[in-house]
Amino acid sequence: MSFLSSPTGFLTSTIKDALGWARKYSIFQYPFVTACCGMEYMSTAASHYDVDRFGAGFPRFSPRQSDVLFVVGTISHKMAPVLKTIHDQMCEPKWVVAFGVCTCTGGFYDNYSTVMGIDTIIPVDIYIPGCPPRPENVIDGLMKLQEKIQKGEQSRTLYDPRTKTGRPAELSQGYSIEQHIKHIESSP
Amino acid sequence: MTPNLTTSKEQGILTPLQRVQEQFSQEVVETHAFRGDETLVIRPGALLAVAKFLKTAPELDFNFLMDLTAVDYLFFAGGRVQKEFRFEVVYHFYSLKHNHRLRIKVPVDEKDPEVDTLTGLWPSADWYEREAWDMFGIQFKGHPNLKRILMYEEFQGHALRKDYPFNKRQPLIGPQN
Repeated sequence: MSFLSSPTGFLTSTIKDALGWARKYSIFQYPFVTACCGMEYMSTAASHYDVDRFGAGFPRFSPRQSDVLFVVGTISHKMAPVLKTIHDQMCEPKWVVAFGVCTCTGGFYDNYSTVMGIDTIIPVDIYIPGCPPRPENVIDGLMKLQEKIQKGEQSRTLYDPRTKTGRPAELSQGYSIEQHIKHIESSP
Repeated sequence: MTPNLTTSKEQGILTPLQRVQEQFSQEVVETHAFRGDETLVIRPGALLAVAKFLKTAPELDFNFLMDLTAVDYLFFAGGRVQKEFRFEVVYHFYSLKHNHRLRIKVPVDEKDPEVDTLTGLWPSADWYEREAWDMFGIQFKGHPNLKRILMYEEFQGHALRKDYPFNKRQPLIGPQN
């Protein structure tokens, strides 16, 4: 889909593609910042690297108004129910980015207090490793997320450390992206 | 230059360690001093009396409780060293007026890990003692609000005890792993 390659001023697309294209350049992100990765997140968001170029320069500090959850920093077991609640409060369609190695796997923490990867609690779409990740790394993750949003893909699996496999995440009450597309396509 | 212990005694000026030792000779179990870094090990029963003396004696005037924590000596030095008591509660005092410091250690038994609270003398002891309770399970007799400060109420056991399994997880949500 491209405006430039259209000589007549018309363009054809499917609703799914058009929606994905619109969504990927209007990301409202929720920064769930708990630890040192927050510094690198701020660096990425500030003018030098400028995530506004990707349409993601508008952090919302309410989960109800955002569609990408950036989990930035170590999540402890005490914090885990809060994270789950925040994720449940977000409207579908929603995506989750695990920012930094602590959110991906627990990182160098292997102790009584730290969650060994947030994908044991909420489904994660993009993992950005690094301690902390460089802004270039974050932007790479953001572009991969945009690809996913364009395709209308969302992660629906959780990691189960007991079986070392994925298991389906119970969908939070809400309106899934599949339902939304079905609704638009079926309406006259 | 830090004054050497013998010279200061010869000059008639007692270091905080010597002053406490003089006052509570019956209660001091052990002392240690190295380049002005002074430590006293005292009997648990004498803690309140010693603490009160440290705070009120004008030549000591320890008005700042810098730190309060505990040590678990189970498996100390790979199990080669057996201590009589499993825990030690460690207090670090500082005098802003005299610029001197003192460390007090109180051995605590494993069966009944209890010492007196210092919240009445230094209000900052409140959260330190809650942390020592949370992590080591040391009871502080007379503490006004002795509950967990870092871990959640549902947490079982005390995480920094050496016999707490390092890979044991007690998540509030999510799978047990």
